[in-house]
Amino acid sequence: MLMVLGYNIGPLLAQSVLGMVNGAFYALLSLGLAVIFGLLNIINFAHGALYMLGAVVSWWLLTYLGIGYWPSLVIAPILVGAFGVVLERTMISKLYKLDHLYGLLLTFGIALIVEGLARNEFGSSGLPYAVPAALRGATKLGFMIMPTYRLWVVVASFVICMSTWIVLEKTSIGATLRAATENAALVQAFGVNVPRLVTLTYGSGVALAALAGVMAAPVYSVNPNMGSDVIIVVFAVVVIGGMGSILGSILTGFSLGLLEGFTKFIYPEASGVVVFVLMIAVLLTRPAGLFGKAS
Amino acid sequence: MEISRRSLLNTVATGAAVSALPIGRARAQAKPVFKIGVMNDQSGPYRDTGGLTSVACAKLAVAEFASLMQGYTVEVISADHQNKPDVGAGIARQWYDQDGVDLVLDVPNSGVALAVAGVAKEKNKAYVNSGAASSDITGAQCSPNTVHWTYDTWILAQSTGGATVKAGGDTWYFITADYAFGKKLESDTTALIKAAKGSVKGSSTYPFPGTTDFSSFLLQAQSSGAKVLGLANAGGDTINSIKQAKEFGLTMDIAALLMFISDVHALGLDVAGGLHLTESFYWDLNDRTRAFTKRILPSTPKNYPNMDHAGCYAGSLHFMKALNSIGPAAAKASGRAIIDAMKALPTDDDCFGKGSIRADGRGMFNSYLFQVKKPAESKGPWDYYKLIQTSEPAQAWRPLADGGCAFIKS
Amino acid sequence: MSASTSSTYWGFTKAQIVALVIMLAVIAIAPTAVYPVFLMKVMCFALFASAFNLLIGYVGLLSFGHSAYFGMGCYIGAYAAKAWGFPAELCVILAGVVAAAMGAVFGAIAIRRQGIYFAMITLALAQFTYFLCTQMAFTGGEDGIQQVPRPFLLGMFSLSSDMAIYWMVAGVFLIGFFGIFRIIHSPFGQVLKAIRENEPRAISLGYRVDQYKLIAFVLSTFIAGAAGGMKALVFGIATLSDVTWQSSGEIVLTTLLGGLGTIFGPAIGAVIVNTLQFYLSPFGSWVTITQGIIFVTCVMLFRRGVIGELADKLKIAL
Repeated sequence: MLMVLGYNIGPLLAQSVLGMVNGAFYALLSLGLAVIFGLLNIINFAHGALYMLGAVVSWWLLTYLGIGYWPSLVIAPILVGAFGVVLERTMISKLYKLDHLYGLLLTFGIALIVEGLARNEFGSSGLPYAVPAALRGATKLGFMIMPTYRLWVVVASFVICMSTWIVLEKTSIGATLRAATENAALVQAFGVNVPRLVTLTYGSGVALAALAGVMAAPVYSVNPNMGSDVIIVVFAVVVIGGMGSILGSILTGFSLGLLEGFTKFIYPEASGVVVFVLMIAVLLTRPAGLFGKAS
Repeated sequence: MEISRRSLLNTVATGAAVSALPIGRARAQAKPVFKIGVMNDQSGPYRDTGGLTSVACAKLAVAEFASLMQGYTVEVISADHQNKPDVGAGIARQWYDQDGVDLVLDVPNSGVALAVAGVAKEKNKAYVNSGAASSDITGAQCSPNTVHWTYDTWILAQSTGGATVKAGGDTWYFITADYAFGKKLESDTTALIKAAKGSVKGSSTYPFPGTTDFSSFLLQAQSSGAKVLGLANAGGDTINSIKQAKEFGLTMDIAALLMFISDVHALGLDVAGGLHLTESFYWDLNDRTRAFTKRILPSTPKNYPNMDHAGCYAGSLHFMKALNSIGPAAAKASGRAIIDAMKALPTDDDCFGKGSIRADGRGMFNSYLFQVKKPAESKGPWDYYKLIQTSEPAQAWRPLADGGCAFIKS
Repeated sequence: MSASTSSTYWGFTKAQIVALVIMLAVIAIAPTAVYPVFLMKVMCFALFASAFNLLIGYVGLLSFGHSAYFGMGCYIGAYAAKAWGFPAELCVILAGVVAAAMGAVFGAIAIRRQGIYFAMITLALAQFTYFLCTQMAFTGGEDGIQQVPRPFLLGMFSLSSDMAIYWMVAGVFLIGFFGIFRIIHSPFGQVLKAIRENEPRAISLGYRVDQYKLIAFVLSTFIAGAAGGMKALVFGIATLSDVTWQSSGEIVLTTLLGGLGTIFGPAIGAVIVNTLQFYLSPFGSWVTITQGIIFVTCVMLFRRGVIGELADKLKIAL
């Protein structure tokens, strides 16, 4: 038992580690959302549905084609990302000149369709997805027994988030992207195919959501509602982190998971609401978010 | 006149919208048609414990009773209440008002069940509940229009909870679905634990439906130091809780207070083997239950009937016996008269054997404590239970006086 | 909005008068042919959508969490009727007042940001309300407040029959409908429209834009809350369903489909959306899927909505 000042902090640590698992998903999802928002100025309401679609596709690959977890980690994001590209080309791209509200409404409609179809197909009770053989079993952390798979989720998500951030901040692709965000016309004038860049960005953001979905399948089971349960929290993460701030959403995602974990230990009933309280507090003091630039 | 042309167009538009609206139907037929509306969860966590198998059971009862119907016919319709009390109450209201439904049947999910009971009473229609558990249905919130057929939280607490306490499990931690059912199951079990000088170390309530990850509650349970993890939930939630308890290496005894055979099937005997549970029906109990199972299986090949399903069959059958006893005209006039007739007649069917309906609407049948077999003990498909103990109706159910049902006293 | 203000009656143009007469006639005749409970539901949502439209259509504020106020109105109306035995009119007014008080606080937070930021903040605040509703004892958690008796109107008229309460609902709907119309056509409403068209300009003209927005927000939430309270009395139940963000989305859909910034659009939207729900509800998730398809079609093909397109074709304001 770990004792600090006469208190057994084992349970607190245990809840925090669990919180990090949720935080890993918040970070991955808000990262994709922030990338899309940064370049397209679209609040991608379909993000939760596409996350769910990632999980559904990996379940489908396993059940009908016998393709397991590891190949799914690559195939499912590519398939869902391609679907995202189609969405962007056929619909979202027609809305850039309009008020941004229409982008929100369109993606909301898409989310309803995708989730409704999934619910019709699978019901709402969830389909179990087995943990891959290599990550079965549990790891003893001293203060708790942690299923190995969940530890993997935290590590993998952190690595993916940081690599995305490095790509965007430290490479020339990232520089072009950021430049296009600032002034699309100028970048176009330099000979960059901005519409294609935008399409690929949307596709990548969607692929990130699908990747999160594949990783979530063994933890939360494949559930048509998994996206709509999490999307609002992820919105709040993006608002707290600062809309469009990549690093902001990663850090906020993980911290929020941690904060939820703490709350579950101290006052479990409040764990669902703590994110919104934090968001209100941030908005009242720093309207642009913790890492955002004031507009 | 420009305006009139516009207004004409307007009329057309509005008229089109109105003509698309649900129009009330009046029908005149020689033989009165009685409608049984099976309402349950057909897409969510309880779809296997109730769902379409319940509908099939009601239809089987109607088909088998067809030759005995005296001057009426019976139809079965069904709807999905999505575990939402407002949806359920809305469907019941429309069924009773508009669609000529005479009996609402099944309605698992105590929150929805109580809402529907209110509508049935307001409209003076009949209501036979099989799927919901709260003992309030025949207790604090009882209604003269309700029969509660199959089981309730009180027998679950007494039977499954009692067996656990007797085996030495005297300190508990609850994981509770946060609605009428979970809360009632927790409080009924807590009363039993306290009466046996045990204690409850804590509980976590979680939002229902929509929770799939129980890990943080399980850790809270583990750190509470209690010996027994009491699961005051059902269906998919119970399955997930037990699976995850295993993943996190939980060392507590698990008391799954409400489990159906469909849940055992989903978990598999290697996980569920050894658990105690309570049902008032098991397909392999005796010749009559096996005969019933043989008749229903062709329409539900993937899902063996559990007690909820059996209650839908038996409840429909008894409803039609009541129709015969008071006649179609009196039955159409008052749902309460149907329910009163159901209480006056003794029950007898293949699923529950001989029994009765008590004045407060409580179905009085045997209740059974089972232990789930280990994989090696199971001889064939769905051979899952070992019978541990049989409780006679008089001992199994909460005494009439303890329920606090108001209309009985007056 | 190309309303010619040549000859108006109480601010209504001739075309609007005609549409109004038709609407009154439909309200009066429909219950003889159509299930009254269904019609009452439509009117509750039509009023809710009209309140929402006051913000999106006339101030340009997309509140993506408007169900918080409607849903809270449901709870307050149900609680006042069940626990306190309030008469019907007080239940509805109280539902509006509590929702407006909430609207004043949340509105003050939300109007600090514009556009999509505003939408997301209202959404998060609505989700905050949702969690409060799951935790507060008086809401009854997942079970909701059930078996609410239909109260008496003015303490003397029984509303227990469907037709009696129908006339009350129709009355409240019409009062709300006219109220919103008057707000839009008042000098205050003109300033709101100016803010919608060009906010910096309105500021430079010396208008305290934030105050105008906040007042509009409070008015809208008051009406939404009253509509919610009324729904609770009709159905005798108040649950979490009406507080979810999905139901916020539904009211956006209703208004968009009918026509943003039109007087009659939200009501027509409510008729269409509720009729669809009525017919599609036996088919599981097809309600959601159809709603999604309508959303996408509206955004891609006719952003003015049914009434907006019609008005545009006929070159009138509706």
